[in-house]
Amino acid sequence: MRIKVNNKETELPEASTLQQVAETLALPARGVAMAVNNRMVPRAEWPTRIICENDSLVVIKAACGG
Amino acid sequence: MDKLIIAGKEFNSRLFLGTGKFNSNDLMEKALLASGTEMVTVAMKRIDLEDKEDDMLRHIVHPHIQLLPNTSGVRNAEEAVFAAQMAREAFGTNWLKLEIHPDPRYLLPDTVETLKATEQLVKLGFVVLPYCQADPVLCKQLEEAGAATVMPLGAPIGTNRGLQTREFLQIIIEQAGIPVVVDAGIGAPSHAAEAMELGASAVLVNTAIAVAGNPVRMAVAFKNAVEAGREAYEAGLGGSTPLFEASASSPLTAFLDK
Repeated sequence: MRIKVNNKETELPEASTLQQVAETLALPARGVAMAVNNRMVPRAEWPTRIICENDSLVVIKAACGG
Repeated sequence: MDKLIIAGKEFNSRLFLGTGKFNSNDLMEKALLASGTEMVTVAMKRIDLEDKEDDMLRHIVHPHIQLLPNTSGVRNAEEAVFAAQMAREAFGTNWLKLEIHPDPRYLLPDTVETLKATEQLVKLGFVVLPYCQADPVLCKQLEEAGAATVMPLGAPIGTNRGLQTREFLQIIIEQAGIPVVVDAGIGAPSHAAEAMELGASAVLVNTAIAVAGNPVRMAVAFKNAVEAGREAYEAGLGGSTPLFEASASSPLTAFLDK
């Protein structure tokens, strides 16, 4: 199935959880957050959150700034 | 020197640092440690999946440092609330530097959206430190909305132009019931000392340290300037300028009292 990650088309296996997406993307253990369709999903819910076709993910991480 | 207290938390340092524009993360970390700061801002960006860069958090996370995620990049209150929720999750803190500056040229904060976002974020349990115009009326409104501090600007971000808003900062400080942190525009240790002498609770510095010839030594210079300015304020400056109150040129009361 196809989803968008930070506006980029990405192919994923069916019935992936957000946790599996995080693993596929090799996200670091801290300093990241994910939102599905513009709603933040707490890390504790990643293992149970099923990602559907055409979902749009925003994945952010820490950056330098003032 | 009195301790600074924000939202019930004590700080020994009155110098807050930003983490932008340093040449390297190593240099940034050395400057942070040399400055003695206990409050450090961080930003967020969308992950570039191809780019495996250094983990910058590793250089910032120290037991004595409170992380202050910012909402830089948002254009309105709705986006700020979303960014705040992402920040709370990513950094594990409910402290937030709220900044909403939709215009990329001057990066001036949007007053209406900043006040609206502050009201919403306080209700959501965030400790909100809003970057704002040096507007005394707005600063009281932010305080009433539950902001933990106000952070009025001295001059536009990154300009190093010092306290261009000095007259208004004085009024803000005189009226404030919460800490006033002068943010943006502080380009030299003398500006930081000036803000502290006026009675600011703290200053936030980034560009002036990050782009200095020697950022670590400049961090020390700012540390000393902030301490000197605060010490002078607490000692009671002789012959300080009295606050000039406005004197109405229109008969306000005649209109209000029938």
